[in-house]
Amino acid sequence: MLDFWEYIKKMFGMLHRSLALIFLVLFPVLGFCTEPEPWQFGFQDAATPVMEKVNELHTILLWVIFVIAVFVAALLLYTGWRFHEKRNPIPSKTTHNTLIEVIWTVIPVVILIFIGIPSLRLIYYMDKVDEPEITIKAIGHQWYWEYEYPEEDISFDSYMIKTADLKPGQKRLLEVDRPVVLPVNTNIRILTTSADVIHSFGVPAFGIKQDSVPGRLAEVWARITKTGNYYGQCYEICGMNHSFMPIQIKVVSREEYDQWIKEKGGKKAKADASKNNPTKL
Amino acid sequence: MSDHHPTGLKRWLFSTNHKDIGTLYIIFSIVMGIVGGAYSGMIRAQLATPDGGFLGLDGQFYNVVITAHGLIMIFFVVMPGLIGGFGNWFVPLMIGAPDMAFPRLNNISFWLLVPAITLVMMGGYIGSGAGTSWVMYPPLSSTLGHADMAVDFVLFGLHLAGASSLLGAINFITTIYNMRAPGMTFHKMPLFVWAMLVTAFLLLLSVPVLAGGITMLITDRNFATTFFDASKGGDPVLFQHLFWFFGHPEVYIMILPAFGIISHVISTFSKKPVFGYLGMAYAMVSIGVIGFAVWAHHMFTVGLHVDTLAYFTVATMVIAVPTGIKIFSWIATMWGGSVRFSTPMLFAMGFIILFTIGGVTGVVLANAGVDKILHDTYYVVAHFHYTLSMGSLFGLFCGFYYWIPKISGRMYSETLSKIHFWVLFIGVNILFFPMHFLGLAGMPRRYADYPDAFAGWNMVASIGALITLASTVFFLFILFHTLRYGKKAPANPWGEGADTLEWTVDSPAPFHTFDTQPRIK
Ligand SMILES: [Cu+2]
Ligand SMILES: [Cu+2]
Repeated sequence: MLDFWEYIKKMFGMLHRSLALIFLVLFPVLGFCTEPEPWQFGFQDAATPVMEKVNELHTILLWVIFVIAVFVAALLLYTGWRFHEKRNPIPSKTTHNTLIEVIWTVIPVVILIFIGIPSLRLIYYMDKVDEPEITIKAIGHQWYWEYEYPEEDISFDSYMIKTADLKPGQKRLLEVDRPVVLPVNTNIRILTTSADVIHSFGVPAFGIKQDSVPGRLAEVWARITKTGNYYGQCYEICGMNHSFMPIQIKVVSREEYDQWIKEKGGKKAKADASKNNPTKL
Repeated sequence: MSDHHPTGLKRWLFSTNHKDIGTLYIIFSIVMGIVGGAYSGMIRAQLATPDGGFLGLDGQFYNVVITAHGLIMIFFVVMPGLIGGFGNWFVPLMIGAPDMAFPRLNNISFWLLVPAITLVMMGGYIGSGAGTSWVMYPPLSSTLGHADMAVDFVLFGLHLAGASSLLGAINFITTIYNMRAPGMTFHKMPLFVWAMLVTAFLLLLSVPVLAGGITMLITDRNFATTFFDASKGGDPVLFQHLFWFFGHPEVYIMILPAFGIISHVISTFSKKPVFGYLGMAYAMVSIGVIGFAVWAHHMFTVGLHVDTLAYFTVATMVIAVPTGIKIFSWIATMWGGSVRFSTPMLFAMGFIILFTIGGVTGVVLANAGVDKILHDTYYVVAHFHYTLSMGSLFGLFCGFYYWIPKISGRMYSETLSKIHFWVLFIGVNILFFPMHFLGLAGMPRRYADYPDAFAGWNMVASIGALITLASTVFFLFILFHTLRYGKKAPANPWGEGADTLEWTVDSPAPFHTFDTQPRIK
């Protein structure tokens, strides 16, 4: 069973990639991208296994719905043409055909089972990570994000950089003054809540979107496979500056991350420091 | 003389005649369509280019605009048009009844809409305006997010609109149960009447839940209750459950009457009875029933338990089956028929194609795993505008062209109306199709400004909006042209395919119809 689905996914993936090649020729894209691009047609590039799996399922879905929509439209137009009053002046009076009615009930059911199975597997896969190595907490405020690294005793606010203050190369409405820093290839648990109204913490490239609801603590996870600057936004209307509370995540190597934690005065960094120089205590 | 009728104030303000009230609803729907459309225009002008486009609205006022746009289109355009307008006009005519069961209730149902829309509109301009979006989630809609009275105005306005819908629903159910002509069993009832019956039950069961939810919100805001205040033991997510328990059936409330209209139009212009009549009727019933068990697919990102996500994914996908039955039965109705591409038929065929696109993207969104990425992006905006702005709206235009001869006694111009169809068809597709791309790329909904990468498709969408606007202005001209210069319509302008009872009475339908009950064989 498992092999069957892997096979199906591979098939669709190949079909998709070969057609994507045509688009590549028409719209040249420079390799892996960590942000949305002009005239983009599909998802942002996946930077986590979750988003890769979402992408796989969506590829299957896209082909299924594409075929259905084209089939319905073609059938409708053909029927309209074939049975136009010029070609078929005497209408039939057929109003029943049990066989065909059974067929068009059963086939959609089969298609739904076909997409339902991988869909349910994805839902359970996305849910939780077993062994988080790092936990961070994103707290929504009107209108900025506050980040906590509870294990490190670090917390800071992160505001969007106003358009007037942008430096060359910075992205309008996406760049923030203090980005989140996370290590690559690490199981990260992200908790989120809100201090006022509902916000939603979403980073498309990671396959993450979680509402930040006051009084609740929700959990998502990410294992980011490529370093770089990633961007997310608030996905739940939260008032006047809903459009202006972006998320920026700098994904770096483990060493750079440890260095950053040290500079920030993280608890672990302090503990490590005291271990290395016991006399200094 | 059977066509004696009151005049002036007595006829229109105190009206108890289902046709006059239906006409009032249709006029109301068209007027509100212009207002709601003006808000759409503001949205697309704002989003045409990054950094505020041609308007440069501030964030709060932009939120007010999208809130008003959503509420007006749903409660004051689509529902009055399809249910109050065509429902009032044609349910009694199609079942051979002289009027609705409760004519005075019918009058109140309509006139409640006037204070309702007045309050909702005032809510947009009092204080900082209600910028909650139509879903009105607390705490944004609580005093925390909206301290002044704006939201209260909207909530009371919705209460009135809800009362109007409820009274209308009771009226339709009573009429359909008790006033069918002798011989018209449920299984001989026209599909539009079936659609209205299911719609009325959906209203009857879902609107009180909305009313409960917004009442709790009103007391939270004004009387220090804390139903939705997490810091005092309440739960903001509770409101979302209540809202969507209403909100999901509401989407079928807006589309089922259109389903009914499409069935008649397809059958009429194919000169062939509807294929699989019972399947069609019970497909609508099952859509209505299942529609009450899928609401949390609007809440996949609030942090539901994973098993809950799995359940709502599966339940939502099930709805695709009866919907598929309807689509294929429409095509099967045409198959073997003698098809004529009159304007109502063009709208019906356009409806089938575009509603299918909106339907299949709905299947994508049903998958909680994928929806978590697409939730509150423009993909969702594209999806529900394909089902509503093309589904329900095409249903409205389809019904308009199909029935305007009966309502006004005059024929529309085939040439002008075909131009209207094609310009609208092209316009809405240019407007909404690129939104799929924006959503996949991650562009969030309800944003007054967006990162520059999203500029291209937004510009395309705004150009589509201009084309759509042109088609709408043109429609108003057609309306004027039909009423002023339209040829006199015979009782049945569509020929043998139109076999429901409304085509047996004169055009325009006289003030009193079926003084003697028709008999159905
Ligand atoms: Cu927000
Ligand atoms: Cu729904």
